[in-house]
Amino acid sequence: MRNVTRRALSCYVSAMAIGLALPGAALAAETITIGYAVSKSGPNAGGAGISTIPNYELWVHQVNEKGGLLLPDGSRAMIEVVEYDDRSSAEDAVRAIERLATQDKVDFILPPWGTGFNLAIAPLMDRFGYPQLAATAVTDMAPDLAKRWDRSFWFLGGGHDYGDALASLLGELKEKGQINDKVAVVSVADGFGIDLIKAARPALEEAGFDLVVDTTYPAGTSDFATMISGAAGSGADTFIAFSYPPESFGLTKEAQTAGFNPKVFYVGVGGAFPIYPNVTGGIEEGVMSVGGVDAASPKIQEYFAAHQEVTGKLPDSWASAITYTTLEVLEQAIARVGLDHAAVAEEISTGTFDTIIGEVKLEDNQLRDLWLTGQWQEGKFVAVAPADRDGASDPVVPKPAWD
Amino acid sequence: MTGSLIALAVLALVACGPYILDAYGIGLLIGAVSYTILASAWAMFSGPTRYISLATVAFYGTGAYTVAVLSEALPWPLVLVSAAVIGGVLALLVGLSTLRLAGIYFVIFSFGLAELIRQLITWFEVSVSGTLGRYIFLELEPRHVLWQLLALAAVVVLITGWIHRSRIGLALKVIGDDETVAAHAGINLARTKLILFVLSSVLITLVGAIQSPRWVYVEPGIVFNPQVSFLTVIMALLGGATKRWGPVLGAVPLFLLFEWLSARFPDHFSILLGLLFIGVVFLLPDGVLAAIEKLRKKKEARA
Repeated sequence: MRNVTRRALSCYVSAMAIGLALPGAALAAETITIGYAVSKSGPNAGGAGISTIPNYELWVHQVNEKGGLLLPDGSRAMIEVVEYDDRSSAEDAVRAIERLATQDKVDFILPPWGTGFNLAIAPLMDRFGYPQLAATAVTDMAPDLAKRWDRSFWFLGGGHDYGDALASLLGELKEKGQINDKVAVVSVADGFGIDLIKAARPALEEAGFDLVVDTTYPAGTSDFATMISGAAGSGADTFIAFSYPPESFGLTKEAQTAGFNPKVFYVGVGGAFPIYPNVTGGIEEGVMSVGGVDAASPKIQEYFAAHQEVTGKLPDSWASAITYTTLEVLEQAIARVGLDHAAVAEEISTGTFDTIIGEVKLEDNQLRDLWLTGQWQEGKFVAVAPADRDGASDPVVPKPAWD
Repeated sequence: MTGSLIALAVLALVACGPYILDAYGIGLLIGAVSYTILASAWAMFSGPTRYISLATVAFYGTGAYTVAVLSEALPWPLVLVSAAVIGGVLALLVGLSTLRLAGIYFVIFSFGLAELIRQLITWFEVSVSGTLGRYIFLELEPRHVLWQLLALAAVVVLITGWIHRSRIGLALKVIGDDETVAAHAGINLARTKLILFVLSSVLITLVGAIQSPRWVYVEPGIVFNPQVSFLTVIMALLGGATKRWGPVLGAVPLFLLFEWLSARFPDHFSILLGLLFIGVVFLLPDGVLAAIEKLRKKKEARA
């Protein structure tokens, strides 16, 4: 039933196989089991395959290469992984947690991908006492959720954070006279798109913008010609799409085809994916999207290189680094206080951690120091908002024309 | 009659599960009972009429959404009643407008129905309520979910028993064998099909409603997962949709098989599911029960 996935473990496993044949082999006590159920098939598999699974694999690989997880007494314990496919079904995700907790009795459980599934497992994680470091859940309810389940930690903010950040960034650009006061917005009628447009609409109006185009489209739309031509004819200097990956790419392609060159071009999820430059044919310069990383930070560069080397692909520049950060936080908390769930949760809640995104200290069980808007600059997706945070780059406006 | 009694006794036995099993054991029972009801309810309509319905998740999701909308406004039993009524009315509307379609068109329509309802809910949530995800914070424990599902399963046993003994059961047998003959014999085809479709849909809606508190967060993408429809069909077909106990014999082993596969081969689920589909359709077109009967008859003929 257990999948020992790391190559580095193979020697150890064969040693254990031999050990099992010998009487009194006590090697099992030196491993720590980490369980997770992630969507490996079904509609969520795309997101999980980009932000979640590669980071889990990378982290386990790196920890085991170091000789295992460091414990407070200075010893190290190898990680053994138990993984399941939740098939993108909430019921299966819930049952997998029951299984990990009561059958496999794993030491720690890593969360699934996505807001919905993190919420689905939260009551169970709480009942079984496991700390839950939700790395890929975007919800404005995070403060209430952290109170409801006090061992749950929310690392990716809420729709308001992203909507407000974009509005204030655009507001500053308008003040400086770099863009006019007209904005064209399209949004997908699905969780993330709705949360963001709901937050951005009032924020943009408050910043003095006129939403000359404000349309919603159903998820799965593939023809964007009318949307782009509508935006092009609206006189807006700013085009915003609160979109999901297939549409983020489709809108970009359509804008290129139509020669639509607004001064600010913003797409939603997918804009920070490593494949985005390929979608644009290498002319992604200046496109804005959700997230961002401090590309000048040596730790981030090191992380990108390790991710590329171990998983064979680059991470995305939004949720990936945050997912990896949650794993570092867990690792350091275990090193300080051991395996006791209550102690680890307490440490995560109150401690300070040294991670690839810098020093992390949670506020009310939430990560609040987040990069909210990023922009492609010289082949990297760098963070531009919040502008007053260390490591922020200056936005390039107007965006260079496609061609 | 004995069949029903044995089935009820088994359900009563399963109801004791929470006193001896751990959380995962209860989770397994919930999954197995839920798919058993889904497959039985599906076969109730699709078995005799041979209309392959892919609308299971449309009703299942509607049940879950009803809970998400009403769970804070109404006491739990009334929420369930509302879900049953909404599922029933929906099935009546759908049935009235589509049950005159020939088989293949019905399949296509039923598949589209789930998508239609999903888009309608999305449209409503976006343009009227301005939110998409909804939270279900109910203090229902897994064992409560299991017991409610078992009660529903008991209802299914009684309904199928009644159908088998009543005039409507006889009418269905004729319809299944030959619609033209049935019509000439004075059976009201449309009405009989409609009754069954509504019954089956209400049961499916209730499964979704009862299970949804386990998910905490509900959005159309989560509750209208087409896989539920496909799994239900394959389970009912494997067991044999025309036999009374066929769906149970398909649902329980397949559910356990999928559970085992998800742990043993977490990276290959979709491929294995596809192979299984092909296998069932080619090797056991009428289900396991029918295949066993055929084997037995062959043996007798030889003896």
